[in-house]
Amino acid sequence: MKLFNLSQQHIIPAEEADPVSLAELKEHPEAYAVALEPDESVEALRPFLAQITLVVLHFPIFRDGRAFTQARSLREYEDYKEEIRVTGHVLPDQAAFLRRCGVDTVVLSDDDDQTEWEAQLKRFTITYQQSIAS
Amino acid sequence: MKQPVGHYAYESRDREFLQERIAEFEDQVKRRLSGALSEEEFKPLRLMNGIYLQVHAYMLRVAIPYGILDSRQLRKLAHVAQRYDRGYGHFTTRQNIQFNWIALEDAPAILRDLAEADMHAIQTSGNCIRNITSDEYAGAARDELMDPRVHAEILRQWSTLHPEFTFLPRKFKIAISGSPEDRVAARFHDIGLLARPSENGPLFRVFVGGGLGRTPVVGQELFDSVPEAELLATLEATLRVYNAYGRRDNLYRARIKILVQTIGIEPFREAVKAELAKMDLSHYRLTPERVAAIRARFAAPELHAVDDADAVLAQHQKEDPDFARWVQSNTHPHFDEGYSIATVSLKTPGDIPGDVTAEQMDGLADIAERFAFSELRVTHLQNIVLGHVRKDQLYALWQGLKELNLAAPNIGLAGDIVSCPGLDYCTLANARSLPLARKLGARFGDARLQEEIGALSINISGCINACGHHHAGHIGILGVDKRGSEFYQILLGGQAGDHASIGAILGPALSEDDAVAAIARIIDHYLAHRNEQESFLEMVTRLGKAPFKEVAYETV
Repeated sequence: MKLFNLSQQHIIPAEEADPVSLAELKEHPEAYAVALEPDESVEALRPFLAQITLVVLHFPIFRDGRAFTQARSLREYEDYKEEIRVTGHVLPDQAAFLRRCGVDTVVLSDDDDQTEWEAQLKRFTITYQQSIAS
Repeated sequence: MKQPVGHYAYESRDREFLQERIAEFEDQVKRRLSGALSEEEFKPLRLMNGIYLQVHAYMLRVAIPYGILDSRQLRKLAHVAQRYDRGYGHFTTRQNIQFNWIALEDAPAILRDLAEADMHAIQTSGNCIRNITSDEYAGAARDELMDPRVHAEILRQWSTLHPEFTFLPRKFKIAISGSPEDRVAARFHDIGLLARPSENGPLFRVFVGGGLGRTPVVGQELFDSVPEAELLATLEATLRVYNAYGRRDNLYRARIKILVQTIGIEPFREAVKAELAKMDLSHYRLTPERVAAIRARFAAPELHAVDDADAVLAQHQKEDPDFARWVQSNTHPHFDEGYSIATVSLKTPGDIPGDVTAEQMDGLADIAERFAFSELRVTHLQNIVLGHVRKDQLYALWQGLKELNLAAPNIGLAGDIVSCPGLDYCTLANARSLPLARKLGARFGDARLQEEIGALSINISGCINACGHHHAGHIGILGVDKRGSEFYQILLGGQAGDHASIGAILGPALSEDDAVAAIARIIDHYLAHRNEQESFLEMVTRLGKAPFKEVAYETV
């Protein structure tokens, strides 16, 4: 497992993060990393966000775009400034969309090609709408 | 280059963007061939570039934003038809054009050729916001309240590669009209917008959750009067709710109409309002400056009517009854008394509805250049509209159309049949729709008979996905599979527009020839028993389907 850094922000190393689920979060006030499922609302994180420095969002399959809305909501509605990471089935073709919705890092498997991600991230110099990050 | 009439003139950034998009697609094809992308991963990526795999070959669906083409673009489409396809193209009910016989390896070259004329195939398929459709009489009709195309262009740009809404639960179709007549079937779209002017700028009535397909639903009003400044915020909020809560477990339950039906329009509206309440609206404001900047890239036609246009037209009509009949059915009132809106029927009796050869495309491009400011509009009924034609030049226009075999006088009449491509091309279809369309077209081909029958829409779909909008036809036909044979269900009484309703199934499905005969008997019954001035639809509404059912099945 390795991380691809989309935003060039400071990130938490892959081996250090041990996210808890939303349900577990209530029992673990010391937790700083949480993993949200696609059907869980980011609003539920609100009471804990002061302590959270990593939110991990999940793509069950690359076509399931709910994490885009979750990430953007975290940034826009919850004013969350720390790291957002995505895991699961994502394509390098989605790199710029992820970045523009506020995602910082992507979990890749060890044999995934990072150069493909770098190329896709830089592909479009022109966008047609504002976004929460660029 | 002069700015085009009726659509947005590209600037260099728009052209750069198309080149970036083509390079991306070329790379995706390479990665598919190398195995870096699986077929499952590649499929949605190619679909978002308009490329489908059909029964016999790949199909490319080219976007025609809000249905507007200029002559230069139509000539480019003719070139694509000639060079990469079998010499023709098919205009669709979503104002796009499809090429049915392309090779996948040619796709990047085709996209490059199209880009030379500022065209593309972006988001003509896939689970994203599709091409924005609009009113075919926009900017020309006498009854129009405002030209919706500037806002259609703003929505086109806003929806292009939207970072949050490119992997939605299902496809998402938006239509916009500025006419009180709702010529875009706003209530049969995921979002339908009806624009109108007010003292404080444009207002938008927003409908949500309409659609045909397996579960036909008439859309409901979400908001009555959204101000221009909040148009994009409102669409963002609506799509956010859909992306978060639309179903993803069942392909057939994933459209926004199912979400709206399941939770109800009130709770849906509350959810959209809750999003809006969380948004900083100043951040999403569509400013008058932005609208003006887009508007400045649209050229308006310079109209110079001659004083005796009406007299000249009347004289031509008197001299040539065939021309008079065409004027009667194929023209529509223009806001300028000296001009007319002319519809070119792509429903020549016995031909495939919406099909146009490369020669006809080139010929139409010439005609548009000569008579209509080089502007053409593709309609959701699969015809072509020329928006601004001088009345005294209609006769010369019509003669040019006759030479192209495109002068059928049947707009809004029985021969103006809407049909999907059906099983001849489409992998989803249960039955062929084109042979039936051709037989019906030939059966009612006689111009005098059509004139006598009057207003009538016939819509044919080859399966329940309803691309031929069979639920919205006065007479709808649905192809079904009955133990391996093609059969056809008949529906009566559907309509789009302000009084949108869904047709009712008449009875058991019939074979192709029996269906044609049954429809002929339905029409005969109408002609024999109608009240004075009563249209077919009015008679169906008055009497219900029972008497028509009786005659339809009398010999079966």
